[in-house]
Amino acid sequence: MANFKLNVNGTSHDVEAASDTPILWVLRDHLQLVGTKYGCGIGQCGACTIPLDGQAVRSCSLPVSAATGRKITTIEGLSEDGSHPVQQAWLQHDVPQCGYCQAGQIMTASALLQKNANPSDSEIETAMNGNLCRCGTYTRIRSAVKTAAEKMG
Amino acid sequence: MPPFATSRCSNLLICMTSLQHTALLFILLLAGLTQIPQPPPGTLPSREAGLHAFDSILTVLRHPRCINCHPSGDRPMQGMEQRQHYFNVQRGPDGHGVAAMKCGTCHQRSNNPYSGVPGAPHWHLAPRSMGWVGLSDHELGAQLLDPERNGGITVAELEEHMLHDSLVLWGWAPGVDRNGNQRELPPLDLPEWRAAVKTWIGSGTPIPSPK
Repeated sequence: MANFKLNVNGTSHDVEAASDTPILWVLRDHLQLVGTKYGCGIGQCGACTIPLDGQAVRSCSLPVSAATGRKITTIEGLSEDGSHPVQQAWLQHDVPQCGYCQAGQIMTASALLQKNANPSDSEIETAMNGNLCRCGTYTRIRSAVKTAAEKMG
Repeated sequence: MPPFATSRCSNLLICMTSLQHTALLFILLLAGLTQIPQPPPGTLPSREAGLHAFDSILTVLRHPRCINCHPSGDRPMQGMEQRQHYFNVQRGPDGHGVAAMKCGTCHQRSNNPYSGVPGAPHWHLAPRSMGWVGLSDHELGAQLLDPERNGGITVAELEEHMLHDSLVLWGWAPGVDRNGNQRELPPLDLPEWRAAVKTWIGSGTPIPSPK
């Protein structure tokens, strides 16, 4: 076990954990930020996606030791009141069905729009390909990303 | 239990069956074929030795541990069967993927033994000009040595890359897959690889003639 200083949603946290603990479990079990979901645990579904220094990563496969000194954002920190343009677009298009994958979808979408403010359909599909949705909400996700891009532009 | 494993049989060769003799002979022969001949100290390897070494190098370059990230297109490959990478992963503008789907989205600086996701520093695709799929022995060798295609590197820098680059060396420490099974290693072990590279470079980087 070791002590790690983490910057999560702009707040500094000291956590005691084994260095190979996935940051997903540090967020959920140590910091009670349970908006980030456990899906497959092997980097295959995208449900656990969080931006790390703005870059989408799979938190189930990222050891806590690799996250120190870097800026972590979770769905709880995207906005204080659900007013982030991506969240608003998700509401507007009524995107979620069961909703389990949607935190990961939203975080990937927000990371995409940070790097590419006006993505094409093809760019959206390429960027979001690693985020699986068993309810098949993909077309609404694509529409919502385009709407969010307009809101942010 | 084989006879030579009993305490009553002290001479290994005498106690082996003819089938075991044949197998041993085959293994020794194979070891001789794959061994990279080394020149006497202070002399440069011959062109013939260099070509032999390059043949060995090619077996590594074409192994999935290496060629999967040297595709001739814009999508990396995965696994021993060299299937297209899951999620339609794309090369992107710099070989590190596209926005929100970078190599580093999943691949960290080291292998993850729990998820089976492989990792090494600066995990990325080789430049498109360094795609190896479908190239002949001559074409691949010419490409390695062509600064127009190899990223503008010299032979000395190529040697440095082949011997010391952390992503290249990952090929000999590829970790386990998601089922916990060890990934297959390249056909040369690391000392053999290093000897082959040094022999090839030392002999003046000869490559086979075009056929």
